[in-house]
Amino acid sequence: MNFGIVVFPGSTCDRDAFHFIKDVLQESVTYLWYKDSLPKEIDCVILPGGFSYGDYLRPGAISAHVPIMEDVIKFANNGGYVIGICNGFQILVESGLLPGTLIQNKQLKFVSKSVYLRVETTDTPFTNQLNKKESICLPIAHGDGNYYISQDELKQLESNNQILFRYVDRNNEPTSNANPNGSIQNIAGISNLDKNVLGMMPHPERAGEKILGLEDGLKIFKSILKHWNEQGGDKFGSY
Amino acid sequence: MFRAQIKVNLKTGVLDPQGEAIKDSLHSMNFNEVNDVKVGKLITLSLEDNDREQLEKRVEQMCERLLTNPVIENYQYELVEVMSK
Repeated sequence: MNFGIVVFPGSTCDRDAFHFIKDVLQESVTYLWYKDSLPKEIDCVILPGGFSYGDYLRPGAISAHVPIMEDVIKFANNGGYVIGICNGFQILVESGLLPGTLIQNKQLKFVSKSVYLRVETTDTPFTNQLNKKESICLPIAHGDGNYYISQDELKQLESNNQILFRYVDRNNEPTSNANPNGSIQNIAGISNLDKNVLGMMPHPERAGEKILGLEDGLKIFKSILKHWNEQGGDKFGSY
Repeated sequence: MFRAQIKVNLKTGVLDPQGEAIKDSLHSMNFNEVNDVKVGKLITLSLEDNDREQLEKRVEQMCERLLTNPVIENYQYELVEVMSK
């Protein structure tokens, strides 16, 4: 599979993602400059974490309108896989590929720690190698990760199984104590209606190696590889 | 009861990188009529005092001591009388 990592001014996790795809997952990966167009051979676009444009105006607001995002939106609407991690998630909501928004953490603090997540939906390209209600552990590091959406849209997310991950405690319950940012209903990651676009605040690319102490991030990317192979590999999601 | 609305803006001549980045983004979205962008802040205070004159002095002190950076920022404020709840 060919992964492409978009580098925005202020991306900080692009190298983590590159290392993860190239050295851990051992798949093909290239950096994509935000002013360029999206190459046709890319099968999965990663919008990495960071503070693109210094979070000016709102996190992700300016990045959502850079040249490559026009292509990424077309690519996503054609069924291509897009993963937005942390700032990438913020860019996805600002670009309209995902509903809702991410506001400042409820405690007004930047949080950097590992959290438990409950897998809520397994029938997606990103979670098919996980078990429903399985608890996984991934790191978070953000100041604006408080997911917010109107009640009507929240009901739609739920009924369409678009909520992929919720923050939970050690007993696998989405309690308010387990919620690191005040996110509505402990939501940590969602997909679009067609399930080919994933936005999540936790960092799976920082959790793929024993030496890091966390390996659950691998399962998300192995899910993508499996889905892609089942869909016919090269022939899938051409744009 | 009063409400103070304080507008904080960068002084003329101080570089506003956020404003520049927003201007470039608006231009790339074909809003080419935009000449300049300045980003400021609006701070709203609810004040439990009915003495307008005294409040004006207090709000100015708040602006100068905490709410603004007088090296780079200007402020304007408006005091509006509101009904107490």
